[in-house]
Amino acid sequence: MSDQLTQDVIAIIAREQRMAPEKIRPDATFQELKIDSLDGVNIVFALEEKYNLTIPDEVAREMTSVGQVVEALRRQLGQASAV
Amino acid sequence: MEPIVISGYEVISCLGLDRRAFWRRLAAGESGLGPITRFDPKGLAANVAGEIAGFDAEALFGKQLDLLDRFAQLALYCARRALAEAGLSGGLQPWFRPERVGVITGTGLGGVESEDRAFFQLYGQHAARLHPFCIPRMMANAASAHISMQSGARGPCFTLSTACASATHAIGEAWRYLRDDAADLIIAGGADAPLTYGVFKAWEGMRVLAPANGAPQRACRPFSGDRAGMALAEGAAIFVLERESTARRRGAPVLAEIAGYGAGADAGHITQPGREGPLSAMRYALHSAGLRPDEVDYINAHGTGTRLNDAVEIAAIRELLGESAAAVSISSTKSMHGHAMGASGALELAAVVLALEHQTVPPTANFNLPDPACNLDVTPNQARPRRLRAALSNSFAFGGLNAVLAVRARS
Repeated sequence: MSDQLTQDVIAIIAREQRMAPEKIRPDATFQELKIDSLDGVNIVFALEEKYNLTIPDEVAREMTSVGQVVEALRRQLGQASAV
Repeated sequence: MEPIVISGYEVISCLGLDRRAFWRRLAAGESGLGPITRFDPKGLAANVAGEIAGFDAEALFGKQLDLLDRFAQLALYCARRALAEAGLSGGLQPWFRPERVGVITGTGLGGVESEDRAFFQLYGQHAARLHPFCIPRMMANAASAHISMQSGARGPCFTLSTACASATHAIGEAWRYLRDDAADLIIAGGADAPLTYGVFKAWEGMRVLAPANGAPQRACRPFSGDRAGMALAEGAAIFVLERESTARRRGAPVLAEIAGYGAGADAGHITQPGREGPLSAMRYALHSAGLRPDEVDYINAHGTGTRLNDAVEIAAIRELLGESAAAVSISSTKSMHGHAMGASGALELAAVVLALEHQTVPPTANFNLPDPACNLDVTPNQARPRRLRAALSNSFAFGGLNAVLAVRARS
């Protein structure tokens, strides 16, 4: 089972993409989810708003899968690598 | 030269969600203006707007809505319906090569609702960041871009902005592309959704907005001796234009002929309209259409309802038509659909096409008393059935940038 942060990220992606969250696997890439670069910056914006942080451009550019988003976000939040 | 015709069009305005409602209320002399409900009008001197009611954008666009400012929503809605009427909702091919199909839209203020909201968040609420879709929503060419994506048009696609004449210039330029054989089909028109507190305050500063005086629907009174200004509105109208032969070949409707187009500038004052500029644009429109003054039966006036515009426009029409001026029917439909800025010319072209179809002149509503400076037949309050062979649609923008379309009736 995925952790809470993963669940939250999936919920945000689902909301922004208007997809059902159960269609989004934790190991899915943005390409598989048909998330293009513009969708990607929208998701980054939604994460910044939710977690009240600023994600630098070079970090945002590496967010091209659900797993990468979760890992990058975890680093940004200064959390331990496992919950 | 082969006639350029309209094979599909749609209108959305405060008079309703389609052209049927638009015509029904225009012909009844019924104003769509009302008090502002879109935002809190506290502190505004003029609580009057032409708001569209019942437009369900979420149902129409789904996720695409995230990228669409209201002006682009209105344009795309009209474009879809116009293309369907023209028999092209399934795609341009096999009838047209995509690179020979263009989109030309006009807008005065573009995505100003999105801009207004974003800049309030930034300056008023000190937001740390703005939404990444601000730019694609705000950009004035968004309507043309989305229509090109919707239709598959890959030819000349652009947006022009000449304030209140934007849509008329856009449709006129579309006509020129087709006349010059630079395209085979153009989707053209205009859209504006300028109903924000910031836009109202900016217009209020110019002291040209008509006050409600307890009856907002009667605030805009073009040509009337008691006229007191213009009323801001939102709206869009989009037309499918092509040569008559391609429309006939497909069995598409031939709704009217865009017969001519005139454009020009006052080169005078940034806001005060001149007489020579409008006169010259109307003359060019007649000339390019091959119309004599006595063949023009109707003029849909720019007719904003300001003291100066209406008097100057009547003087220009009088000079244009000479002896025929007494016989022409004039009206300002802005008295009913308001002034939808860059979309106005498109709304008014729709009013002209409907007038020609129904052989009926829509009235100037809210006409209370004659003004010696406007003493031609401005069709006060009551629609008038009469033979209509050809008509002009006038748009005279701030900056003295003028555009006029000439339209011939088709059966």
